[in-house]
Amino acid sequence: MVDYIVPVLLFLTAVLALRKKENAYDLLLDGAGEGLTLLISILPPLIVLLTAVSMLRASGGAELISGLLAPVFSFVGIPPETALLVLVRPLSGSAALAVGAELMAEYGPDSLIGRTVAVMLGSTETTFYAISVYFGAAGIKKTRYTIPAALFADFVGFFMASLTARLFWT
Amino acid sequence: MLMSWIWTGLVGVSILCAAVLGKGHDLASAIVEGAQNGVSVAVSIAGAICLWTGVGKLMERAGLTRLLSRLLSPVLLRLFPSAGGDASARHYLTANICANLLGLGNAATPMGIQAAKRLADPKRPGIATDELCRLVVLNTASIQLIPANVAAVRAGLGAAAPFDILPAVWVTSLSSAVLGVLAAFIMGAMRKDG
Repeated sequence: MVDYIVPVLLFLTAVLALRKKENAYDLLLDGAGEGLTLLISILPPLIVLLTAVSMLRASGGAELISGLLAPVFSFVGIPPETALLVLVRPLSGSAALAVGAELMAEYGPDSLIGRTVAVMLGSTETTFYAISVYFGAAGIKKTRYTIPAALFADFVGFFMASLTARLFWT
Repeated sequence: MLMSWIWTGLVGVSILCAAVLGKGHDLASAIVEGAQNGVSVAVSIAGAICLWTGVGKLMERAGLTRLLSRLLSPVLLRLFPSAGGDASARHYLTANICANLLGLGNAATPMGIQAAKRLADPKRPGIATDELCRLVVLNTASIQLIPANVAAVRAGLGAAAPFDILPAVWVTSLSSAVLGVLAAFIMGAMRKDG
């Protein structure tokens, strides 16, 4: 079932576009071109951030951080290996992608840690960035309880990612 | 500036740890390796990102966002009662959330900004209303149906079925969105400063 979701979605979208007399093929080409621009814009941060992340891993610092946080993480049921990702996720999208890609490469994309990392990346957002964009645009200075509520939602995301990965793949 | 501090901090901590743990040799070679890894990651997700941006454009023009908006607006408007009477607030709000669901980040942000401006209370400038807080929490909880970028990284690393994480992602993001908004409701009811 899951295998057919994405292929069928592609087909239905094209059919819907054709029904509206849109040139589906040209739209795909246009968008793919824009995707290239997007890719070029994320390449420099990926290079610069992965340099720092791989330094931290090679120096043993990443292990040290995971080790220090391990008791807390194990207590709430989140694998300590993901500590670095959990720390950077709310702050920077490209740093999270860099850390996540490193972790998935190290443990393997189909390992339990690799899948937990993938679910975490796919179901959380760059919280502080989103807060600054929306409140900045609306001219809001007093954010009241938004930050604690948003961070709580992030915590639920990390916790549920660990839980679902364990339930689905062990 | 935040990223500058994070980056410099990462490098500083790395040097310190390497010195203490005697891993100076590994540290130096990690610099070149890390930079090259950045290129490898980007190349391995290039195809999927380009294709998916194309599909996103197609979804927008095919009216998928509008279709989804019509389906979801009864639920969404319960979370944002004051938007009910304001047609343009309603439109931007549902468009923002539906574009997020479809993974159209570029389309979602401008819609969300328009919605945020309309949900702010002109009588109390600078203070977030309860509905604005809920909108932002919903946006930070990530409610994407198809996490194409993550699937692309998985595919690049040789995952057997890159999209098989979908059900887990749905359960996870639905839980965090529902519990996040619920927390916002409770905190809003507890504090009467707004």
